[in-house]
Amino acid sequence: MPILEGQGVTKYFGGLAAVSNVDFHVDQGEILGLIGPNGAGKTTLFNLISAAFPISSGEIRFKGRKISGLKPHKICRMGIARTFQEIKVFANMPVLQNVLVGAFFGTPTRVSAGDAAREVSQALEFVGLSAMSATPIKDLTLGNQKRVEVARALATKPELLLLDELMAGLNPAEVSEAMELVTKIRDTGITIFMVEHVMKAIMGICGRIIVLHHGEKITEGTPREITGNEQVIEIYLGEGAHAGS
Amino acid sequence: MDITRFISTHRKLLLVGFLLLILIFIATFPLYTRASDVRVLTIILIYVVLAVSWAMFSGTTGYMSLAPAAFFGLGIYTMALLQEALPFPVIIVIGSLISFAFALLVGLVTLRLRGIYFTIFTFGLVIFMTEIVQYLETRLYNRHGWDITPIDNVTILYIMLGLVVVTVLAIYLIRRSRYGLAQLSIGGNEEAAEHMGINTTRTKVLTFAVSSTFMGAAGVVIAPVLIYVNANIAFSPFYSFMPILMAIFGGMGQLSGPIIGAVIFGYLEMRLRSELFNHFMLGFGIIMVAVILFLPNGIVGLVPMLQSKLGGLMARLRKGEQGEQHANT
Repeated sequence: MPILEGQGVTKYFGGLAAVSNVDFHVDQGEILGLIGPNGAGKTTLFNLISAAFPISSGEIRFKGRKISGLKPHKICRMGIARTFQEIKVFANMPVLQNVLVGAFFGTPTRVSAGDAAREVSQALEFVGLSAMSATPIKDLTLGNQKRVEVARALATKPELLLLDELMAGLNPAEVSEAMELVTKIRDTGITIFMVEHVMKAIMGICGRIIVLHHGEKITEGTPREITGNEQVIEIYLGEGAHAGS
Repeated sequence: MDITRFISTHRKLLLVGFLLLILIFIATFPLYTRASDVRVLTIILIYVVLAVSWAMFSGTTGYMSLAPAAFFGLGIYTMALLQEALPFPVIIVIGSLISFAFALLVGLVTLRLRGIYFTIFTFGLVIFMTEIVQYLETRLYNRHGWDITPIDNVTILYIMLGLVVVTVLAIYLIRRSRYGLAQLSIGGNEEAAEHMGINTTRTKVLTFAVSSTFMGAAGVVIAPVLIYVNANIAFSPFYSFMPILMAIFGGMGQLSGPIIGAVIFGYLEMRLRSELFNHFMLGFGIIMVAVILFLPNGIVGLVPMLQSKLGGLMARLRKGEQGEQHANT
């Protein structure tokens, strides 16, 4: 049974369909990629899953239970954590407290202060930021702030992790590190659904990829199938041609 | 003995000792001062309660509320209406509960608004309260304003001191708890807080209500000092602006900021008001502009700033000595 399923997922902004009648599923334990040109509706789909916006029509189920219609904090506590395309850290706290928020509030049951502290130090060690736990978050590089977001999400003990353009803005060395990190997270048993523009990353670590275009699902398949798909080539090359003109 | 090391290792002990000294000072204050000074101190303590509880909500969540006067006035009016029916301590509790309940209601309706819209609404609330109370008292009682039986100044001072202790202690404990962290995360990034499992609406509304509770209690306690109140006095926007100015002046990042701000500003207000009448606001304006320009973290922020400046100066001096030694050799 898939861990996450969507049927006829649709979102209108005014009269415009940002996501239109998309069916998808995420299998337990996989790394699923979501790609598409700018404005294809990738982040909107993530926002619908995590309930940042209400869904216009359709249904999303997590482990067989309907989650569309719930509030974001409920969805997080059920086991879906996320990171953000534009960084959304708690700018008024040091690194440690950022992650502590996830540990205290992101789980379905009440966590004791001791357990939360352990959870935080584990999560920070996992993403390689143990040495910076007391640093004000504003002093961190973009790459490291993204790591804090990952640690914060991990501290909520998710079963499914939504990564929204984790690699955007990172240099090639940081991209390789981030790819390693994502694989390592999957190996701990957390299912991953990621939006990504960095093709090297998405082709390298995803088992399966979904392609969105103008809010609709064009196709899905393995990286090899996607790179060979004519429609996908046309979308990307077509866009490139426009950009060139 | 290295004094700085002593201070840093025994920090907690020193702080507790210092707070005890202040408590003793305030408790014995009436013994060696005039009645008018007792009144000044009482009003300073009122400002401490208002500034600290304002910063508890607005300083952490980032929602700038201009509503303190609404809840403060509610407390004053609770006292005006119940003074003959119930004993004073009971009225304090009732005034607090009424403010809590009213803030809960207002919060549920308005905390969906963000930024400037919320601020404008809270200011509107103060005006609304003035008008509605004025209307109701003419309609129901056919009068404008209420006399309040004065209570001995020293008694009021002690009750006020008790309220300050309760307020500061409660807010200190909340700040340290996980709910304090939840409040702070809303100020840091509300959207992220929501997605990290925090029920942001509930946290905001509850915090708003708790902070208003202390304001309501403060209103009840100050009422007997005012002797006569009407809607314009009780719900004066002045009580909304003062706590905010004080909190910004003192610095909102730490609990001590609004307290220090309230003490300094409260004292200045009393002194300047008696000498300059209403021109004292002009002096305040100049001070505020200077603070915002030069001390973005308030007066409390001055301490680390001076420390680093002094540290830098010391290092330079030491380097200078070494340089001279090098030059000599």
